[in-house]
Amino acid sequence: MLSYVLRRLIYMIPIVVGVSLVCFVLVHLAPGDPLVSVLPPDASEALKAQMMATYGFDRPYWHQFGLWVGRALQGDLGTSIATSRPVASEVLRAVSNTLLLAAVATAIGFAFGCLFGFVAGYFHDSWIDKAASALAVVGVSVPHYWLGMVLVIVFSVELNLLPPTGAGPDGSGDWAWNWAHMRHLILPAVTMSVIPMGIIARTVRALVADILGQEFVGALRAKGLGDRGVFRHVVKNAAPTALAVMGLQLGYLLGGSILIETVFSWPGTGFLLNAAIFQRDLPLLQGTILVLALFFVFLNLAVDVLQTGLDPRIQRG
Amino acid sequence: MVMQLPLTRPAAPVFERSEGYWSSVFRRLRRDRVAVAALAVILAIVAVALLADYVAPADPYRGATLRRLRPIGTAGFPLGTDELGRDMLSRLIHGARWSLLMGVTPVLVAFVLGSAAGILAGFAGGRINTVIMRSVDVLYAFPSVLLAVALSGALGAGLGNALLSLTIVFVPPIVRVAEAVTTQVRGRDYVEAARASGAGAFTIVRVHVLGNVLGPIFVYATGLVSVSMILASGLSFLGLGVRPPEPEWGLMLNTLRTAIYVNPWVAALPGVMIFVTSIAFNLFSDGLRSAMDVKR
Repeated sequence: MLSYVLRRLIYMIPIVVGVSLVCFVLVHLAPGDPLVSVLPPDASEALKAQMMATYGFDRPYWHQFGLWVGRALQGDLGTSIATSRPVASEVLRAVSNTLLLAAVATAIGFAFGCLFGFVAGYFHDSWIDKAASALAVVGVSVPHYWLGMVLVIVFSVELNLLPPTGAGPDGSGDWAWNWAHMRHLILPAVTMSVIPMGIIARTVRALVADILGQEFVGALRAKGLGDRGVFRHVVKNAAPTALAVMGLQLGYLLGGSILIETVFSWPGTGFLLNAAIFQRDLPLLQGTILVLALFFVFLNLAVDVLQTGLDPRIQRG
Repeated sequence: MVMQLPLTRPAAPVFERSEGYWSSVFRRLRRDRVAVAALAVILAIVAVALLADYVAPADPYRGATLRRLRPIGTAGFPLGTDELGRDMLSRLIHGARWSLLMGVTPVLVAFVLGSAAGILAGFAGGRINTVIMRSVDVLYAFPSVLLAVALSGALGAGLGNALLSLTIVFVPPIVRVAEAVTTQVRGRDYVEAARASGAGAFTIVRVHVLGNVLGPIFVYATGLVSVSMILASGLSFLGLGVRPPEPEWGLMLNTLRTAIYVNPWVAALPGVMIFVTSIAFNLFSDGLRSAMDVKR
């Protein structure tokens, strides 16, 4: 097992290098002067040159890339052009907010996805199956930013039950586990949970239908095992794949939270990305994308390793 | 006595052609009521987009400050008016053009590029395969929404940049599918037989590989259209895609967001269109997949 993990880690190195390179190139694709958003239009040439030197924009690209990677390895992602604060701390604070939202959404999506998927797979081709499958298709087809708007319309505008935006009372950005804050989490988390719910429901349905069709289930029944006993066997067989899909979904939600965070003004990475894009704050954009992408890469690794550990049928070769 | 064998007339030989693969696919697809309904919805939306100039009751660009945000069912404005007093129905009809263009084009282009790269990687194998697949792995390491937003954010807002970023997002998954299917086909006996009888690589790909590989890749690509519709409108929703005053569904959602306190249900309409289109593509793709699955 240890050698398997090590091998996977070594295989990650080119991916991580590639991902950092893409993050770096991405931002340098951007047309225009990187300092255009901070300098006044009538800034003198001397001031411009001085600022370029301060941020390192005057060096050749490969040198800038080397410097950027070297500093990133030490936890320094540079300084935000718009706010002059360190990018690393800004990203870290935002990531914790997004992680909270994505984790709660994944948990909700997993619970309901498993429920619908299991019922659909168990009563294969019945009307219950059709209803649950329809719900799963809706989950993966609905534009979630629109669903967020509709939930705001229903629960905030029409019923006035839940707050439409923000992460806490009076626009507080710091999270606390109390009702005043949790009320703000409900709508965005439910909106976000629809995607993993649909995908997990589809996966679990296919898994359960497949497992129930296998011969060992018939043997168990013939042996006299009741429904509860068979259920336990089905869960044990389906769990590794279902959990793996859940882990990947958490990663997708973390990277894809920008639309929902924009709808709900949730102070996470999506919000930060939005600000970085529209203020043309290149270091912040670069840093946020890098952190999110690396998080996704390592989450993938963790999911693979965990699945291999959980499921004795997978060869570690 | 001569044994008389019972006389049976031999059955007339049947020279009917057996049913081909594609006609059997279409027969199965026709029987799938959900898939047929989904296709009808898609065709209706395409027709509306093509005939927008004739179908739309009003000019989608002309507004009037005196009739802003009228509710659904107002006389003369069956679906109300938007934040600048423009007819919602006409804007939704014209929006079909932009949204379909933004949703379908990236997948089409990615289908062509991704199939080419994937078939090359799968058929050539060796070093070419390694180079292509490892570069694809790097792009695949980004969550799709993040990659789309990051690319179009870095390139700058606008229709062209949004289409480019979405295409880049959809190439890696298509390359992966194309490579996997091609690798499978390459190992089949008929490919071996063709090679043994002296066919060159180009001929083998054209005659034996393409026909067996493009179908599965195409089905996979139709499934991506639904994701692409949502993502493309999402980019416009963030202000990174189509620019105002063009009527694109995602952009309309964005500009109408502030109106949810005045006239919430008019503000939600463009999303209904995105939803309907995306679900139709999803259901059609599901139907096509099971119709093409010979094992069932």
